[in-house]
Amino acid sequence: MLELLCMIPFLPFAGFVILTLIGRRITDRLAALIGAGSVAISAIITFVVGYNFLVLPPAGHPYTQVLWTWMRIGSFTPCISFYLDPLSLIMILVVTFVGFLIHLYSVEFMKGEEGYSRFFAYMNLFVGSMLTLVLADNLVLLYLGWEGVGLCSYLLIGFWYKDPANGRAAIKAFVVTRVGDAAMAVGLFLLFTNLGTLNIQELMGLASQKWPIGSGIAAAAAVLLLGGAAGKSAQLPLQTWLPDAMAGPTPVSALIHAATMVTAGVYLIARTHVLFTLAPAVQTTVAITGAATLLLASISAITQRDIKRVLAYSTISQIGYMFLALGVGAWSAAIFHFMTHAFFKALLFLGAGAVIIGLDREHDMYKMGGLRKQLPVAFWTFLIGSASLSALPLVTAGFYSKDLILWQVWASDRGSILLCAGGVAGAFLTSVYTFRMLFLTFAGNATSQVTRKPGPLMKIPLITLAVLSLIAGLIDIPATLGNLPTLSEFLHSALPPVPMSHANPLIEGKLQFITSLLALVGIMFAYRIFLHSPQHTGRAEEIKRSPIATAIHCFLFQGWNFDLLYDKFIVQPFVRLARFNRGDFIDFIYTGIALFIRSFNRVLSFTQSGKVRWYAAGLAVGAVILIGIAEFL
Amino acid sequence: MNEVYYISATIALISTLMVITRLNAIHALLYFIVSLFSVAIIFFILGAPFAAALEVIIYAGAIMVLFVFVIMMLNLGPEAIEQERQLFRPEVWIGPGVLSFVLFLEFIYVIRNYGRHLSGVAVIGPKQVGIVLFGPYLLGVELASLLLLVGLVGAYHLGRRRRSSGLRKGEKQ
Amino acid sequence: MEHGLILAGMLFCIGLAGVIVRRNIIFTLLSIEIMLNASGLAFVVAGSRWGQADGQIIFIFILAMAAAEVSVGLALLLQLYHKFKTLDSDTASRMRG
Repeated sequence: MLELLCMIPFLPFAGFVILTLIGRRITDRLAALIGAGSVAISAIITFVVGYNFLVLPPAGHPYTQVLWTWMRIGSFTPCISFYLDPLSLIMILVVTFVGFLIHLYSVEFMKGEEGYSRFFAYMNLFVGSMLTLVLADNLVLLYLGWEGVGLCSYLLIGFWYKDPANGRAAIKAFVVTRVGDAAMAVGLFLLFTNLGTLNIQELMGLASQKWPIGSGIAAAAAVLLLGGAAGKSAQLPLQTWLPDAMAGPTPVSALIHAATMVTAGVYLIARTHVLFTLAPAVQTTVAITGAATLLLASISAITQRDIKRVLAYSTISQIGYMFLALGVGAWSAAIFHFMTHAFFKALLFLGAGAVIIGLDREHDMYKMGGLRKQLPVAFWTFLIGSASLSALPLVTAGFYSKDLILWQVWASDRGSILLCAGGVAGAFLTSVYTFRMLFLTFAGNATSQVTRKPGPLMKIPLITLAVLSLIAGLIDIPATLGNLPTLSEFLHSALPPVPMSHANPLIEGKLQFITSLLALVGIMFAYRIFLHSPQHTGRAEEIKRSPIATAIHCFLFQGWNFDLLYDKFIVQPFVRLARFNRGDFIDFIYTGIALFIRSFNRVLSFTQSGKVRWYAAGLAVGAVILIGIAEFL
Repeated sequence: MNEVYYISATIALISTLMVITRLNAIHALLYFIVSLFSVAIIFFILGAPFAAALEVIIYAGAIMVLFVFVIMMLNLGPEAIEQERQLFRPEVWIGPGVLSFVLFLEFIYVIRNYGRHLSGVAVIGPKQVGIVLFGPYLLGVELASLLLLVGLVGAYHLGRRRRSSGLRKGEKQ
Repeated sequence: MEHGLILAGMLFCIGLAGVIVRRNIIFTLLSIEIMLNASGLAFVVAGSRWGQADGQIIFIFILAMAAAEVSVGLALLLQLYHKFKTLDSDTASRMRG
């Protein structure tokens, strides 16, 4: 039954093709059926394949399915082949299942929108590309999926294309990730020219044989792949596109910019982990990037007004955690966090979508409030999601995954206390902004009325994801609470365990205690400041209105002004250069020939004056010259 | 004889210079006729009496007369009236008068000395010219006559005055 | 006989100058006649030098040609005068197309 593997990405692609061809002529219901149905069947097949993978002997052995050879250029013969091992199995399970839930949600969310079938076509294309990316056996096919998800991200962010701001946001996303993609392509070139293959497994084997630890080439390749991953996953310095990408419909944000596409970078690094182990400097860079990003983004998230932007910054921050884990060698922990994050972040986005559509496209949290009574299902699921995001102890999935990361950051040979402290501070900030968001939206007095309540198709995914956000953590229980690391062990064949030479289990317990406490303190903090906002003392008001405070607020609100930085130092000089070169001086070589000939023509046309005397003079001059030549030469 | 030659040459040069520098067409024509006469004298000296005769008869006698006729026909208005007034001024007469006079003296001298020619130069009379003309150069004669016929036809056609002020089909004014 | 040829050359150059310098078409035609005359002179001089009749023969041909050319040229001049009402050759300088 493992041969059904190829159907998993194929079905969404088929859905895309069908919807592109006949999407305009069929009813919305049929389009939704095809769109959501293809992903549903894909999810079912994934479960079947997964079951077979686990149960059939040899259990857990990686399975490669080669479909055909893509191209043959000399010694370069990449194939369309899919590779199933524990890592990719986890990924496709999450992608198809969460994808299906989101498709189901968007059947109702996008009801009545024009371009309904176009939406599902793009979503199917996205799911297909993401599955290709994850199942790819070689880096070329992975790059194909990589570009495919980038394209779909552009198409879906700019889905409501009639508003030019959406188009600009889509272009920004595309261009920024393109920078990363270009770096990744150069990395692929480097790998191919040095190792002669791009098949991932072969690559890892050859790299560990040929390159010593700390070699320059491994570092170069790794840093380039990191560039690509940072672009796709919206990490420093390429994180500017994600907040603006919230211009797309909410299911898009849920699927692409929370659960799947932005984690493609994490997947890439996990897949090519051998390269990173061979380049410790780059791996540390990954960790530092992750830590810096998570702090930066969480601080920015506290100041945002748009509910989706808070979630966007939150996504950036949580992926920072994953990068941090990857950076210290905690590969399984990163994947574990990816899984739980997919659940609770998608849940949060879908809940936000329910709120937005209930208030008729209102995004500003300061205009919401008191929705607890009007949208009960949304409120409770949102609460569960927020709790999971803040990693409230023991009951939420987020707790298990985040704590595993923090513990392994502390204990790993490549970790450090500083990084761990950053992660812990991030946990506190996460709790603050998450519950600020919750309180502003659902608690307090109702300022607006809900016009549209979510139907069953929206409620089912919300509830399912809420349940998963609670129980999904139980697949990897840390040593302090029972020691059942099933996930980590499952992933061992694909991802090696964290090198921990001096691990003290007691510290793990203390760390868990501290982070749980901080999370709860964060909730209190948010409660004090944001729920009791009207009763501010005069002093607090003064501080709030002082120019320094407003300047800092503005700075953080704009995402630490990265946009401004890039605009000033990269975009403006480039635009100036393009304007300067409007005449296109290289083109001048060709237009110059035409210009020259035209001016020559003008000169020559003087000689055709039509005056007889002029021609006679010409004859005379000619005769003189000829006789002169005949005489004197 | 050499002196005659040089004098004639000088007159030819001066009168030709005058031709191209005159304002009045008739004046230029008259100077040219003087030039032609001097060239005829040179021919005579060179032992080509037939050519000299032809020069005077055809060139000066026919072609220049044709010129004169056409210019008269052109009827160049006020200019012509002015010209009339100037015709009787002595300054205008001096140049052509002197030249013609000297030419005239030469004529007399040459004719009186017919038979005597430049030392070392043989006289080639009409008889020899005729024999050669209708011998080897017969084709040339035929062609020349054809050319004259063509010129005649062309001149007739071009010289016709049309009723409709010269507009042809498709021509814009 | 170089003197004869020199004279012919000088007359020819004067005629050429006249063609180029004068704008009045009558003078242009006249200058062409000067040139033809000069070339005829050159031929006769040459014929006299070699003692042959050929120089005069060519001179006869030149004369015939000059006659034909003058008649056609003057006819054209009349046409031009009727068309442009002036004898300035520079006015007939508009080329079609």
